[in-house]
Amino acid sequence: MVKETSWTSRLFDIFNIIVLAIIALITIVPFIYVVAGSFATQRELLEKGFILFPTEFSLEAYNYIFSTNTLMRSLGVTIFITVVGTLINITLTCLMAYPLSRRDMDFRSPIQLMVIFTMLFSGGMIPTFLVVKELGMLDTYWSLLLPGAISAFNLIIVRSFFQQLPPDLEESAKIDGASDPGILVRIVIPLSLPVLATFSLFYAVGHWNTYFSSILYINDSTKWPIQVLLRQIVMLSQGGSLGDTSSLESNFIPPDQAVKMAVIVVSTIPILIVYPFLQKHFAKGALLGSVKG
Amino acid sequence: MGNPLAASKPSISAVFRRQKLKRLARNRWLYIMLLPGLLYFITFKYVPMYGVLLAFKNYQPFLGFVDSEWVGMKHFDRFFGDPLFWKLLKNTFVLAAYNILFFFPLPIVLALMLNELRSQTYKKTIQTLVYIPHFMSWVVIVSIAYLFFTTEGGLVNEAIASVGGEKIQFLLSPGWFRTFITGEVMWKETGWGTIIFLAALAGVDTQLYEAAKIDGAGRMRQLWHITLPAIRSTIVILLILRLGNFLDTGFEQIFLMLNPLNREVGEVFDTYVYTTGISQGEYSYSTAVGLFKSVVGLVLVFGSNFLAKRFGEEGIL
Repeated sequence: MVKETSWTSRLFDIFNIIVLAIIALITIVPFIYVVAGSFATQRELLEKGFILFPTEFSLEAYNYIFSTNTLMRSLGVTIFITVVGTLINITLTCLMAYPLSRRDMDFRSPIQLMVIFTMLFSGGMIPTFLVVKELGMLDTYWSLLLPGAISAFNLIIVRSFFQQLPPDLEESAKIDGASDPGILVRIVIPLSLPVLATFSLFYAVGHWNTYFSSILYINDSTKWPIQVLLRQIVMLSQGGSLGDTSSLESNFIPPDQAVKMAVIVVSTIPILIVYPFLQKHFAKGALLGSVKG
Repeated sequence: MGNPLAASKPSISAVFRRQKLKRLARNRWLYIMLLPGLLYFITFKYVPMYGVLLAFKNYQPFLGFVDSEWVGMKHFDRFFGDPLFWKLLKNTFVLAAYNILFFFPLPIVLALMLNELRSQTYKKTIQTLVYIPHFMSWVVIVSIAYLFFTTEGGLVNEAIASVGGEKIQFLLSPGWFRTFITGEVMWKETGWGTIIFLAALAGVDTQLYEAAKIDGAGRMRQLWHITLPAIRSTIVILLILRLGNFLDTGFEQIFLMLNPLNREVGEVFDTYVYTTGISQGEYSYSTAVGLFKSVVGLVLVFGSNFLAKRFGEEGIL
């Protein structure tokens, strides 16, 4: 190693460290402010404006939001579609990825081509909406679970992963009399657990954050996921000019700052909980995804 | 089976076919496993593609898809003749250009800065923090922006008011719309965008740096002559990819930021399809608009792929 000790080099390092710290702060402080604000009293929020540590710690906002049916129901809907949706996603993805990873299967490349083509061209919002409508899925949770059941992108990556497992394992299992589903369940899946865990988490985050498909397919406000409710509470409850609030229940009290912040926190917390588990793997997953399908 | 010629003589092709049938039978479980996925792609991807024909019909819900009458290019004529078309095109282009101009270089700069850090712990910490917003939904991001910038108790406006300034209608004025859209993307995705560049940087041969140091090159010269050339191809590929998705301005985000007062600059193809199709029920017309967007998008993807190959990269398809 050639040591670098020149003062310009040192100065560069110090400057770099400081600028990066500032960038990290800009990224994270708005969210910390929201978390802190959700625990603050309305009075302190109004007086100080900006707090990162509330002096008067209060659970008022949380007490309020958890006492309303609306929020609990939406939270329930979101938990349900996240759990069931992710199960559907990962099951269907594995079921389809495995046959496509088998070189001895016929029609492999036309099917793959068919999958890849959906990444380039789509019928668009309205024809898809009409299909969901014709299937009678409007205002049902199926409309949030099925239209995105497989991500073509993830499917191709999982297939590539399955493909690079040593084929000898499957061969010997076959000789021992295992069927194809048996091989998938007892050999391929256990060997791919880290990859499948990563994709499950990606799918789960997608379901937790789902917003637009609920706007499209769900009119019934009792079936709204938490993200839709969040938008109603934070963005549409201030002044009539921003939109229509009539769809909210009439006894809903117009929330104050702390309540809005508490709803933001509740709709993000699960992500922050899974984040550390996710972080170990996602760099690899994201790379696989962005480099080549 | 239905071909008497092939069956009458035991040719090589017949042997092949019998083998193929055998293989099909042996692999029957594989086909059964494929079935749910195939059904999914057909129902939710390929039926809608066929449904695109609605753009050339006059869809009447009570008549159904098949019985609605054909109207040819009527909806396209209407769309291209509408002054709104140019407005949508302009809004989409300006937002996309903002994205490339202001957002695109940021992850590269951030990745280069992270790469220069000597402490791996510090690097990991910064990375952990800047990745977080990527996992938040657009609703959360836009909600936080509201809390900061609304005139009703928003932090920024309260600060402006407390020093005697006049509150600014950030969220309602068309003048601020594009700034907000681009700013939010920067806040949410810059950190995440560094992943691919950091991976490219990790592949640089460290001997090159050693040699440069011995030749007396300072930090800036190393950056300029070694690091940047090393990630040049990644930058070019990503830029080209971005051009391929030029029309895909973040739909959810724009939808969430739109309001009657900034619609003038904020309406893009996707949001227009939503308002005319879903809200106003003009299914055929909005399908035509959507089809226009899909086709242009497809041309852009193939065009950019061609470009990528021209640049000597292996392309993206």
